[in-house]
Amino acid sequence: MLELRNICYDVDVENEKKEILKNVSLTIDEHFVAITGPNGGGKSTLAKMIAGIIQPTSGQILLDGEDITNLNITERARKGISFAFQQPVHFKGLTVKDLISIAAGKTMSVNDICNILSEVGLCARDYIDREINASLSGGELKRIEIAMILARGTKMSIFDEPEAGIDLWSFNSLIKVFEKMRDEIHGTILIISHQEKILNIADKIIVIANGEIEKIGTREEVLPTLLYTSRSCQTLADKQ
Amino acid sequence: MDLIQKNLLSQIADLHEVPEGAYNIRANGASAGKNTTANIDIVQKEDKDGIDIVIKPGTVNESVHIPVLLSQSGIQEVVYNDFYIGEGADVTIVAGCGIHNCGVDTSKHDGVHTFYIGKNAKVKYVERHYGEGDGNGENIMNPETIIHLEEGAVLEMETTQIKGIDSTNRITRGDLAAGATLEVREKLMTHGKQYARTDFSVDLNGDGCSANIISRSVARDESRQEFFSNINGNSVCTGHSECDAIIMDQAVVAASPQLTAANIDASLIHEAAIGKIAGEQLIKLMTLGLTEAEAEEQIINGFLK
Repeated sequence: MLELRNICYDVDVENEKKEILKNVSLTIDEHFVAITGPNGGGKSTLAKMIAGIIQPTSGQILLDGEDITNLNITERARKGISFAFQQPVHFKGLTVKDLISIAAGKTMSVNDICNILSEVGLCARDYIDREINASLSGGELKRIEIAMILARGTKMSIFDEPEAGIDLWSFNSLIKVFEKMRDEIHGTILIISHQEKILNIADKIIVIANGEIEKIGTREEVLPTLLYTSRSCQTLADKQ
Repeated sequence: MDLIQKNLLSQIADLHEVPEGAYNIRANGASAGKNTTANIDIVQKEDKDGIDIVIKPGTVNESVHIPVLLSQSGIQEVVYNDFYIGEGADVTIVAGCGIHNCGVDTSKHDGVHTFYIGKNAKVKYVERHYGEGDGNGENIMNPETIIHLEEGAVLEMETTQIKGIDSTNRITRGDLAAGATLEVREKLMTHGKQYARTDFSVDLNGDGCSANIISRSVARDESRQEFFSNINGNSVCTGHSECDAIIMDQAVVAASPQLTAANIDASLIHEAAIGKIAGEQLIKLMTLGLTEAEAEEQIINGFLK
């Protein structure tokens, strides 16, 4: 179970304090939890904070009752938190096999890697020795990013907008990966997404806007309110 | 060979015993073993230190190993090895120098390798430089490679210096006739107070020839590296050079690429990048459970692989 207590995160913008997260408290112990909300609302900041990439200005983060606020990225990873980046990082020279092996914490055989890559719809034969660089498409990089999370098999897996930067065709097949993961993976999946198809399979939906929790509840409670409220600006709304 | 020499041999040539095929092992300035085959002859030079390696036309799937080992402190030598590769041959040549210096004197090996590669011949040339030792003596190596490629000839060169060389001046010169191809891959890592200078100069003389020079290097601690490359496009040709360096600690890296096109149809490209390890690469590997130091090691290993 993950618990956030009174999390605040401030940054200085041209000598003025800007509050990115304002006293956020929540508990996540469901199997598949989605965080959604407008861009710039603080979703990614919150996800990075759970992984230890960003430190809160104040507040506490607890994993299974243990205070992990002061643990660094590596220590949190070893406690069982995995994080899939919104924009997968490129590496010169490191291959798919290298990164999956690092993620798994052991040297992986071709068979092991084949099992994991096939989970995300990639054939090991075509990818195992490929470098993690721009020669791979956005969709391929996202799948490999997800494969690393699968290889780790930790109790908490965080995905930061897996749909960002990929085309519609890739996304439609990616959604199947998440549906499968939901059915097969143990532990908690926390996914930041704008996609209705992702929200549709969530046990719990958290809406974050302007650095605060705007809504929190089950899919049945939250989803209808999202689908029928327009977030557009007034001018756009008037023209529609 | 003693244990130290055997260890040097495994570092520079992946060899644990004497190799198959043709070879010439030079240890502390003298021959420590030689073998020739029906197609590959190795002849001691008479006018200066070094050997001629003569490979008959049409020789395929054969290899030559010519490792140099220096395990006595203070040896300083200049060696000239000339390679004559006959038309249509397809061979692998493994050279390299390993120095073990446990004394206080400077050990130095300057190797000048000249390749005369015949029409349509294909050579894979692997060269590794390695130094070790617990003394205060310096390890110095200055490899010079001169490459003459005739029509349609191909040379793939892999040159690696990862550890233990205090000072090096690595010179490569090439001239290419029509349809010839030169591929060079350099991997370099310096640490401590080491200095490495790399200097490539290639003349693309014949129509349809091409050169591709890729250098990847890591400079740690207070080491210094300088990279020079010069590609002269004198014909309808393509030339590409790439210098990609990771800089760490207080190291200094300078890259000075130069391209000269003397033909309207010469197509020449240079890419150079020097920078520290990207923070997001470290963060990514740390989210997979590695410490920052482990992440750094993985990134460097991958980069120089």
